Amino acid sequence: MESCNCIDPPWPGDELLMKYQYISDFFIALAYFSIPLELIYFVKKSAVFPYRWVLVQFGAFIVLCGATHLINLWTFGMHSRNVEVVMTTAKVLTAVVSCVTALMLVHIIPDLLSVKSRELFLKNKAAELDREMGLIRTQEETGRHVRMLTHEIRSTLDRHTILKTTLIELGRTLSLEECALWMPTRTGLELQLSYTLRQQNPVGFTIPIQHPVINQVFSSNRAVKISPNCPVARLRPLAGKYMPGEVVAVRVPLLHLSNFQINDWPELSTKRYALMVLMLPSDSARQWHVHELELVEVVADQVLNLIKPIASVKKLFISSSLAPDLPEFAVGDENRLMQIMLNVVGNAVKFSNEGNISIIAFIAKSESLRDSHAPDFFPVHSDNHFYLRVQVKDSGSGIDPQDISKLFTKFAQSQSLAARNSGGSGLGLAICKRFVNLMGGHIWIESEGLGKGSTAVFIVKLGIPECSNESKLPFFPNVSANHCQTNFPGLKVLVMDDNGVSRSVTKGLLVHLGCDVTTVSSADDCLRVVSQEHNVVFLDVCMPGVDGYEVAIRIHEKFTKRRQGPLLVALTGNTDRVTKENYLRVGINGVVLKPVSVDKMRSVLSEVLEHRFLFETC
Amino acid sequence: MDGVVQLQRQLLDYTALLFQEGFLNDQFTQLQQLQDETNPDFVVEVVSLFFEDSERLLNELANTLDQQSIDFRKVDSHVHQLKGSSSSIGAQRVQNVCIAFRNFCDAQNTEGCLKCLQQVKNEYSLVKNKLETLFKLEQQILAAGGSIPM
Repeated sequence: MESCNCIDPPWPGDELLMKYQYISDFFIALAYFSIPLELIYFVKKSAVFPYRWVLVQFGAFIVLCGATHLINLWTFGMHSRNVEVVMTTAKVLTAVVSCVTALMLVHIIPDLLSVKSRELFLKNKAAELDREMGLIRTQEETGRHVRMLTHEIRSTLDRHTILKTTLIELGRTLSLEECALWMPTRTGLELQLSYTLRQQNPVGFTIPIQHPVINQVFSSNRAVKISPNCPVARLRPLAGKYMPGEVVAVRVPLLHLSNFQINDWPELSTKRYALMVLMLPSDSARQWHVHELELVEVVADQVLNLIKPIASVKKLFISSSLAPDLPEFAVGDENRLMQIMLNVVGNAVKFSNEGNISIIAFIAKSESLRDSHAPDFFPVHSDNHFYLRVQVKDSGSGIDPQDISKLFTKFAQSQSLAARNSGGSGLGLAICKRFVNLMGGHIWIESEGLGKGSTAVFIVKLGIPECSNESKLPFFPNVSANHCQTNFPGLKVLVMDDNGVSRSVTKGLLVHLGCDVTTVSSADDCLRVVSQEHNVVFLDVCMPGVDGYEVAIRIHEKFTKRRQGPLLVALTGNTDRVTKENYLRVGINGVVLKPVSVDKMRSVLSEVLEHRFLFETC
Repeated sequence: MDGVVQLQRQLLDYTALLFQEGFLNDQFTQLQQLQDETNPDFVVEVVSLFFEDSERLLNELANTLDQQSIDFRKVDSHVHQLKGSSSSIGAQRVQNVCIAFRNFCDAQNTEGCLKCLQQVKNEYSLVKNKLETLFKLEQQILAAGGSIPM
């Protein structure tokens, strides 16, 4: 018998069982060797895995395990002592490494678990921040929205600019990644990409209009969340790595501009819509909030108002009249008042196909302030403010009295209102109501019924500015039968005459009548001295070398408003008849022939102060 | 008291005479009406001003008309001033001469102007005398304790 220094396998056993063990060992070894390779590959790909040295350890452990199983393959048959030694070494090493790894894992696994929970925590935090941002945006939203609308109303009604600006403003307000407007083509069978936020010149990309998603969006006036994979939303290559942002689409009502009927308001059924698609930034935790959707709906609705050509196409006569007792200046919020006016007048124009629109403005007296429409509106009068009442009357389609109360509610819709609003949701009036209320006033609409026109009335409180001009002309005739005033106490008069004697006489006359007189002897002095405090200026227009008219013009130039300047009376010694128009043209309020008697001076002053006008024919 | 009354009557008669003779017109009455407690010397002040102004103007006129080549525009301007002054206080005759004077100026009639100048000077000294007498009378009345009748 040969002594081969071999080791017998422990159990001779079955051939079959051995074979299976053999195969299993082989596969185990294979797996054990490939796992580290996979690990290395994937860890190399990701930058963030924090525990590289753990991997090394793990790798070593697995490799050794694999080695053990591999070497085991040799021990199925007779094997030499060397193989056994190698096997033993491998086993020992494996034992060491695996024990070390086991110990390490006790530390590492909790860490790994906490990474996961940290991730969850961060996600929650991001959602919370997003909510707070949404709240901040809500506060800014109304201001921006209104500012955008009125800015566009005031600037040129260039459709392209308006649509582009709408997208830009929306993009800015909501911090969107992309904003796009799809307009229907002429045929009406396709939607064409017309405007986008990010790309300067979008390619005329078209998609057919018959698509379930598009139909869904067109059938409701709300903003609808759509899938980012929808054809209308596939606007740009996937920018982010993981998640595209949520996409919302809303319909934008359009007028059928190609066959615009002047007398025929477009029916709802033949309405054409454009599609506005808005995408939130990708890879953010942002979601569409309710107030953001509301804003989108409002803007989409109002875009129509901005691009419609209105009164210029219709033959409407707009007239305005201001009451004479309205002060020239008032203190108030000019921008908001302008917005209210534009909205109210805009509505009047919108719902009148033909006829008249009249705008009246006057100071509201207390009797008229107490209106049945505003039973809880109690105006309080004071010296430094007044109530301005503006009435805009149109001869248009009128309103059913039952619907009047709904007019000022945001997004209210009703059958007859739908026809009236033509797809609009009446946000404008809600904003007006808010502004008018802020100005301490009230707004309402009266209408006798459909087809009978309507009147929009609003009252706002405005301040009266502190102005030294208040003491301008306090010399209204005393309430007496004798309309000729006998005395003019404190009336400030400036006399310009180069003749010393006649200057003194005129001064004496005026002083006798109680005036406060200043005299100058030259036109230059006159222009230098004349100020807002002077009520009347007497000009000698016969001064040689001096053109009285010229002086009058230059005096008026000193004052920005005619009413601020003094009344001018020309004193003339010659009997030429000069036409009144000539004098009025240069702003001279009266002419008197020299020499002037006391009585004449008295009546001159009376008349010119009362009527701002006196012309005496010689 | 008798003296005052007499003086007052004298004043009134004298004033009436001046009006009759055309030296003064209604404008002078207006001036008198302007005189009151707040302005007791109004008439005297204005008339003194008139005297000063007129004397200056008459000198100027004499100089201007004495030149070799007469500047009629300047003459006209002076006369215009004089006319204005005299009409302001109601010195009617002076005013009338001034109107004629201006016509000659427009016509650039040297002789006419010179004649007018002479006339104006005459009228002026006449009215000056009259007014000075008037004022003296007034002074006397005031000195005697009376008041000036209107």
